[in-house]
Amino acid sequence: MTPISPGQLIIGVGNSLRSDDGVGIWVARRLREQLPPGISVVEASGEGASLIDMWKGFASVILVDAVSSGTAPGTVHRLDAAEPVRAQFFRCSSHAFGVGEAVELARVLNQLPPRLIIYGIEGANFAAGAELSPVVARSAAEASDRILKDIRVEF
Amino acid sequence: MSGKTIRVDYLARVEGEGALFVKFQGDRVTDVKFRIFEPPRFFEALLRGRMFSEAPDITARICGICPVAYQMSACHAMENVMGVKVDGPLRALRRLLYCGEWIESHALHVYMLHAPDFLGYDDAIQMARDHREIVNRGLRLKKAGNDIMTLLGGREIHPVNVRVGGFYKIPPKPEFVALAEKLKWAREAALETVRWVAKLPMPEFERDYEFVALRHPGEYPLNEGRLVSNKGLDIPVREYDQHFSEEHVAYSNALHSVLNERGAYFVGPLARYSLNFDRLSPLAQQAAREAGLGPVCRNPFQSIVVRSVEILYACDEALRIIDEFEMPEKPAIDVQPRVGTGYACTEAPRGFLYHRYRLDAHGNILDAKIVPPTSQNQKTIEADLRDFVPPRAELPPDELQRQCEQAVRNYDPCISCATHFLKLHVERE
Repeated sequence: MTPISPGQLIIGVGNSLRSDDGVGIWVARRLREQLPPGISVVEASGEGASLIDMWKGFASVILVDAVSSGTAPGTVHRLDAAEPVRAQFFRCSSHAFGVGEAVELARVLNQLPPRLIIYGIEGANFAAGAELSPVVARSAAEASDRILKDIRVEF
Repeated sequence: MSGKTIRVDYLARVEGEGALFVKFQGDRVTDVKFRIFEPPRFFEALLRGRMFSEAPDITARICGICPVAYQMSACHAMENVMGVKVDGPLRALRRLLYCGEWIESHALHVYMLHAPDFLGYDDAIQMARDHREIVNRGLRLKKAGNDIMTLLGGREIHPVNVRVGGFYKIPPKPEFVALAEKLKWAREAALETVRWVAKLPMPEFERDYEFVALRHPGEYPLNEGRLVSNKGLDIPVREYDQHFSEEHVAYSNALHSVLNERGAYFVGPLARYSLNFDRLSPLAQQAAREAGLGPVCRNPFQSIVVRSVEILYACDEALRIIDEFEMPEKPAIDVQPRVGTGYACTEAPRGFLYHRYRLDAHGNILDAKIVPPTSQNQKTIEADLRDFVPPRAELPPDELQRQCEQAVRNYDPCISCATHFLKLHVERE
């Protein structure tokens, strides 16, 4: 998609039919109801090449995805893409070329947005299903609140 | 000579998670396992009791890697139950949408997943440091495929515009004209892609495969045709279950597909190409010849060249369809559920995807069977490794493992729909 104007973009990544893998989508939908117009919110599968295209032209991007990094389920990680991102961190994605690869490839190609913050929420269950685990649902609400604060700080 | 094992717990650059295990003694491979841990059958249980009209979107969303293939096989199977045929402009637009998925999926695999193997890079990120323009071309080419899916599918991931009988909405003609401009660039880029991959260093490796793909009387196969092989198979799709079966293997939750009469077979770009070279457009045929390919290709490593030829064909075909575009009278034909069983195969980027549904009089799904291309190729992937490893047994372990992984990636395996989790081990005792 082509951005209408440079500005802020929220990208929720995941698959809402794969239980906790849908947490990024859940957060995006919640934020869409609460954010002022002018901040774009999109949902993405996490396929990396599309992500690079999505954030093209935006000055500030917040991306939310489920992670499977071995920490306790529900842990909310906040990463600044100014630092290198480990692709393994996002291994719950089924994409061979996913979020971690997109960030690092965009860095090499000078296609990273000036500011990119990544929220990774540790999932517990990635089996087929439409519901978040209770602990992940609580963390999703917490992450949404933190993102709203991030956005207020920026404006 | 001592026994050796190659073990790869996490196979990179394949869709989903997989593992490989190869054990060999001298020049004799004693064990090859392409492992899959998650039971693959969850979609079928999820579909039972749902309405026929929900199948295209449910199956497309559960996998997500090649949504158009799932939507198309589901729609065609349902239409087969109902005895209706989607024809004319609607049929052409389905073909256009499928071209979008081929361009998108093949460009991703050629540039981001497979090319780094041939050039000795760990991944596309490393490759981009030295080949920035090439990687940018790959991203832009992939985007052209996404643009088709966005226009006709409603959005680029989980397209929502496809229904049994046709589409929910057809975009106005000027939007197709605008898309054609992007596709003209893409067709040139695809031609450059074929020339680029033709120069990559190519391992020498060939086997006498049984290729299986759709074959259509007048066109390179996407949505329709008979299932044919180079060893005598020639059947309508509804006879699939009489000729193919799925075997349980002890080490994997996934099922291995076999041809009942002859065992392992090969689906995907190499099979389609070798069975349908005469159906490619003149431009694609010429590019293939210039790239050094004959009308049949038995070297799976050259799948990167064949995929590129198919990108070129898909761009060419998409432009032809847009050029001849006529607005359909309505976005979908009417469909009425009836009792029966429907069958369909369509050509997903990785190979043909079989769907079978049984419906009651109200259109409820009583049972479903889905056989994705990767589960059909599993046995052939293992057989390749059995032949590939012995002449290379004396390579340094890291190099041998790297080449084994490359051999698996020849198939662009999509483990997330065949299964979900798969890991690779190669063992040296």
